[in-house]
Amino acid sequence: MQTLISLFKNNIREYGMIIALVFIASLFWVLTDGISLNSLNLTNLILQNGFILVLAVGMVLVIITGNIDLSVGSVVAFVGAIAGVLMINNNVPVWIAVILSLFVGALIGVWQGFWIAYIGIPSFIVTLAGMLIFRGLTLYLLDGQSLAPFPDAFGTFSGAFLPDIFGGEGIHIFSLVLSGIMSLVLVYLEFSKRKTQVQYNLEILPLWLIVAKLAILLFAINWFVYQLATNKGIPMVLLIVIGLIIIYTFVMNNTVMGRYIYATGGNKKAADLSGIKTKRVVFWVFVNNGVLAALAGLIFASRLNSATPAAGNMLELDAIAAVFIGGASMAGGVGTVIGAIVGGLVMGVMNNGMSLISIGIDWQQFIKGMVLLFAVGFDVFNKNRAGK
Amino acid sequence: MADYILEMRNITKTFPGVKALDNVNLKVEKGEIHSLVGENGAGKSTLMKVLSGVYPHGSYDGAIYFDGNECHFKDIKQSEELGIVIIHQELALSPFLSIAENIFLGNERKKYNIMKWQDTFSEAKKLLERVGLKDSPETPVMNIGVGKQQLVEIAKALSKNVKLLILDEPTAALNETDSANLLKLLGELKNEGITSILISHKLNEVSSISDSITILRDGQTIETIDTKEEKASEDRIIKGMVGRELKSRFPDRNAKIGDVVFEVKNWNVYHPQQDRKVIDNANFNIKSGEIVGIAGLMGAGRTELAMSIFGKTYGKKITGELYKNGKKIKADTVSEAIKQGIAYVSEDRKTYGLNLIDDIKRNITLSNLNRISKNSIIDERKEVKEAQFLREKLNIKTPSLQQLAGNLSGGNQQKIVLSKWIFTEPDILILDEPTRGIDVGAKYEIYTQINELAAEGLAVLVISSELPEVLGLADRIYVMNEGKITGELEGEDADQEHVMRYMTGTGGAKRANVN
Repeated sequence: MQTLISLFKNNIREYGMIIALVFIASLFWVLTDGISLNSLNLTNLILQNGFILVLAVGMVLVIITGNIDLSVGSVVAFVGAIAGVLMINNNVPVWIAVILSLFVGALIGVWQGFWIAYIGIPSFIVTLAGMLIFRGLTLYLLDGQSLAPFPDAFGTFSGAFLPDIFGGEGIHIFSLVLSGIMSLVLVYLEFSKRKTQVQYNLEILPLWLIVAKLAILLFAINWFVYQLATNKGIPMVLLIVIGLIIIYTFVMNNTVMGRYIYATGGNKKAADLSGIKTKRVVFWVFVNNGVLAALAGLIFASRLNSATPAAGNMLELDAIAAVFIGGASMAGGVGTVIGAIVGGLVMGVMNNGMSLISIGIDWQQFIKGMVLLFAVGFDVFNKNRAGK
Repeated sequence: MADYILEMRNITKTFPGVKALDNVNLKVEKGEIHSLVGENGAGKSTLMKVLSGVYPHGSYDGAIYFDGNECHFKDIKQSEELGIVIIHQELALSPFLSIAENIFLGNERKKYNIMKWQDTFSEAKKLLERVGLKDSPETPVMNIGVGKQQLVEIAKALSKNVKLLILDEPTAALNETDSANLLKLLGELKNEGITSILISHKLNEVSSISDSITILRDGQTIETIDTKEEKASEDRIIKGMVGRELKSRFPDRNAKIGDVVFEVKNWNVYHPQQDRKVIDNANFNIKSGEIVGIAGLMGAGRTELAMSIFGKTYGKKITGELYKNGKKIKADTVSEAIKQGIAYVSEDRKTYGLNLIDDIKRNITLSNLNRISKNSIIDERKEVKEAQFLREKLNIKTPSLQQLAGNLSGGNQQKIVLSKWIFTEPDILILDEPTRGIDVGAKYEIYTQINELAAEGLAVLVISSELPEVLGLADRIYVMNEGKITGELEGEDADQEHVMRYMTGTGGAKRANVN
């Protein structure tokens, strides 16, 4: 018990968010008589929030470097508009249009990254300008009207599900197989990490705790996928999100670039004097965020099956809120991809649950605002207490 | 019986691990100019912070009497109410506000919290006349030079009905004309009955203006010279400042000095914002296995020299050549400098050395991630192994490598920074104030490391404000004064008096006699 308490105290950030997520999910489970966690609604949850999670992954990197990106909502709309003009007005094949759209996202990142990293204009200003610029360009491209419908093939991005190669009846067997494989990989990773820790005398958790942690995690994953499998299986969007989580968690934890990003945000002056080209780091983080915003824009447009001028309005705030709820620090240097995803899910579960119990948009906004304030307030409170 | 405006009796102030002030006594007569001298770290600033209430009553031992009454200051406000005003070396003016607004900052001329601009400007004008500044009180402070800003600070002090004015290194950033003006003003204030305490490294000024001089060394009062009774020449003051034997605070070593590894020729650096030469034609070299010291007072340009060499991280319009093993090298960026085998351990480990919110091992490996990665993917096992090795070698006292750097003591943090640069496998190691703010035990360990590194054949450059440290560590010493290398001392020549002479710009006159 002692270990458990001290463990919780030391990792209050990470565990606090997960407990909050579980609490919020349970709350809505009770309030909706179990509807919120049934297979159909879980599928909807993923489809509705996939693009926010994609944005959160890009945003957390930006925020770790100590910057912010207010433009992603407008970039979502702009890229949707580009995709619409290419596919609907000019009959460009879907895959070429997708690549071009992502390229446009990269160019937007180059543009904003240049002003921020090399000219030294604060990211708040540059991306506030970007928010107006790209919204304006969207309106211009679409002439203020919606473009619809997209070719059917483009629907893959949002509506499609993983095909079941095992041809299960009523249950999606391939999804279950995938979740089984993932469970094994997680178990392997946890124990190989533990082996290193033992070998080099690092701090380790007691074995029973690891087993308990893994058991809860694996149960959650497999139960979740089982619910999806009884519906239509794993949505493509979820695969994209999981792919991004794996790639970006790896980049942030295991690569030189990841180290540079944390070091730049943690102490830019020290990073500079350590031979890190911090300007270049910030530049590429913005390019990356441009590409991910473009990807989110494609998912969004595909889900609506139209390119609309108002697309992605205020999405940047959802993404930023997700990152901060997920434990990132405004000052930079702190944050994780997983945290941002958990933060995104907290927002998503609340949006979804509040809609299910018919809370009006007025109170939804109010409650989300309070949750953001208290989540970050809790964090600051803890930090101040630890500092004393 | 003299009439003392201020008496500080038996002041003792301890920081964790360091006794900064040890039974210090200071008596200042009414209406005199009293100078406070001593090396960097002798305790002058700490003493003034005790006096002004920065360190509140209760955080130190001893008693303060002002105008005959014992004082228990809780903060600066209380000491200012009695007329004790301190002007720090870094001026505390708000650059975008006008001179008048700065003078009355925190002490505004107002009625019902509404500014009375008429009074603000007219009273400011009167105060400016008293300090001899002719600029309009409406001028923004950033538009006037440092010398005039110093006068604004004094005007600000006058506006608070100052009785005791404390100036910490007021002339350090001033040119000669401005310095002379300032000193003249102090004389005028003295005639108006204002007592001044002057902290200065410029001994010629101290010697010419002071009525009495108190010398501090290692946190203790050494003596107070009354210039009416005894003429205080610069030599006399220097003797008081350095008269100390070097205790065995430094580990023994047998230096095996080889050929010249690193050479800097005709090095010139300009200030990044102002058009002012910060380093003026510096030339020096370091041999393999050799520890070279750079001594100099604050503002002499030592850090600026080091940083301009290390990937041009300081200054602009840098000219000059760098040679390594006789070959000319280029080190225009930090990564180029690291590749050339140059490492620079900054004087300010918290701002420039560490990522305080990251753990020990990641801090250690940051400057040379190539060494533990393959195709940009970090081999964590290797990282842990290397970090573990350095942690044991340098005896970093911490329960684990996952500890955040910010949670460690200064000594351990310094060891991490040192590990970080050892990890880059340098040939030339520049250490800027390697033991600043750390306790005696950790100092000894760091000295031992420095000696070992030199024994491995590195060329080591140590910059330090603590003279004994430079003398105790270095095989050879360069002394800097106002951006110039004013002397090179080796062997028997390298004693405190010689170094102090070159440091204070009193020059090699005596040395010429000796030779």
